[in-house]
Amino acid sequence: MSDAPAESSNGTANLPAVEVIDLVKRYPKSPVNAVDGIAFAVAPGEVFGLLGPNGAGKTTTVGMLTTRVRPTRGRAMVGGIDVASDPVRARSLLAVVPQRSNLDRSISIRRNLTFHAAYHGVPAAEATARANELLEQFGLLERANVKPDLFSGGQAQRVMIARALMHEPAALFLDEPTTGLDPAARLFVWDRLRELRERGVTLILTTHDMHEAAVLADQVGIMDHGKLLALDTPEALMRGLPGSATLELSVRPQNGDVPQPLVRALEQLSGVERVEAIHDDTPDEDAAERRLRLYVSGEASQLIAPTATLLAERGLGLNAVELGTPTLEDVFIHLTGRTLR
Amino acid sequence: MTAAVVAAPRIRQRQAFAAVLRRDLFVTWKELPVFLAQVILQPLFLLFVFGKVLASLGYTQNGYSDLLFPGLLALTAVITGMQTLAFPLVVEFGWTKEIEDRLLAPMSTALVAGEKVLFATMRAITATSIMIPVGILVLGSIPWRWSGVPLLIVALVLGSLLGAGLGLVMGTLVVPQRINIVFSLVFTPLLFTGCSQYPWPSLSKLPWFQVVTACNPMTYVSESMRAALVPSVPHIAVWVCMVVLVGSVSALMGIGVRGFYRRAID
Repeated sequence: MSDAPAESSNGTANLPAVEVIDLVKRYPKSPVNAVDGIAFAVAPGEVFGLLGPNGAGKTTTVGMLTTRVRPTRGRAMVGGIDVASDPVRARSLLAVVPQRSNLDRSISIRRNLTFHAAYHGVPAAEATARANELLEQFGLLERANVKPDLFSGGQAQRVMIARALMHEPAALFLDEPTTGLDPAARLFVWDRLRELRERGVTLILTTHDMHEAAVLADQVGIMDHGKLLALDTPEALMRGLPGSATLELSVRPQNGDVPQPLVRALEQLSGVERVEAIHDDTPDEDAAERRLRLYVSGEASQLIAPTATLLAERGLGLNAVELGTPTLEDVFIHLTGRTLR
Repeated sequence: MTAAVVAAPRIRQRQAFAAVLRRDLFVTWKELPVFLAQVILQPLFLLFVFGKVLASLGYTQNGYSDLLFPGLLALTAVITGMQTLAFPLVVEFGWTKEIEDRLLAPMSTALVAGEKVLFATMRAITATSIMIPVGILVLGSIPWRWSGVPLLIVALVLGSLLGAGLGLVMGTLVVPQRINIVFSLVFTPLLFTGCSQYPWPSLSKLPWFQVVTACNPMTYVSESMRAALVPSVPHIAVWVCMVVLVGSVSALMGIGVRGFYRRAID
């Protein structure tokens, strides 16, 4: 650990596992930049999700970080290595799980794993042991000696993740890891990725599934038209969305109507954007109950206490409280004015 | 947490190169009967029909099989080298993407291409060497001069490299949708204009065809093989063959490696 050369002097621990600085890619004959000056850093052990619609530039970004796409401008670093100027060293530090299977069809999946390890200089005995371990973990032991021709998308995905782990990369890139998988296969992949996060593997995944990003990522970058529109934790992104968190109150006014001064008082509370009285045509017995929806910026739960106090001061009974949280999809719509798909 | 022991880049590249070559040899070994059938059937039938059947029926002159045999060695070397690279490369780049795992191995992209060329050359040399005992079996005897063996080896290596170079260029320039048409447009003319079935100087009776065959670099492989094994048959001067072959191989490798880079890195 401490005998790692050079990097240890300035503290390897502080070095981002992946860093992108003002990265630009323009393909020949294209009038626009596929990736247009993006920057982000991923700390070791972090899960970074690049979220955006198809064609946003996610795959190109991963391509540049993994030495397969030459940057037009800017820098892409993996483990402190500039991938464009030292691709050979960078390749030993990274691993890629592509969207579509690129498994070697001429050899069994076990040999897919062991040959991959050999390409990366892992000694044979170690490779054999590690392959067994990973085949077991990924539920592939039974089919270890089968060629990958007839594998389903989900199985191939598992083999490719196992293969990528054979040389213990510093950063693992997954391009749309669950696109096209059935729900069970998707959950399986998610579980494996969570295990990797627990083991401290740095993961960079692209996805157009906001749920996936919210579930897996510590940090999310939202991309559209080659630009990074937002970069934060999923919670912060959703919290930062003006007025899309909601707090719904069911109150029981004495004379059957919510007094206007109360609505105004609620609107005065810090963090409340606006208040809406919801009219529903519920039958008579519930006529006494009224619902108010507060559109909130920031954490809706923090407003429960102040609203309860306000209601109590005015002698109104509070029957129920319901929190509505925004999704990353709302964040994307807010940023681009469009839905994700 | 990461693979902390990082070998010096050169050692690592050598390890990766060796491992990728080992993978190719392993697959060939596993599919040995297929490999043998693929490379031997065509020259075997040519040898049998032109060298044995036609001779037995009296349609060819005495001694024709002596000048056919070196030509078929040339043909086997060039065609095997080409077949080993061209079709698999088109498929791996365009369809199965199998090559990606090797492109992401810690070695330079040029070395990945270099491994392909080395492997194709090895296969071509192997296939051509097998043709020698096959020739003895089919023809009863083959033209052989021990003093010609050094030139034979040089011609064999250059012919195999020539085939590999052709394969590399075709494999990286052709898109998968065009592979069938390109192969039939290239393969058959290459097969029949490479002077494997006739010595080049004898074409003086058919000058236009002599010009056409002079444009096929395989001609110079066939001619040097004849110079090595049957020097009494008129042939193109050995130094001319060597100059043309070294030049063609260099040009094809240059174009092929550039094409390889274009396919490997956007």
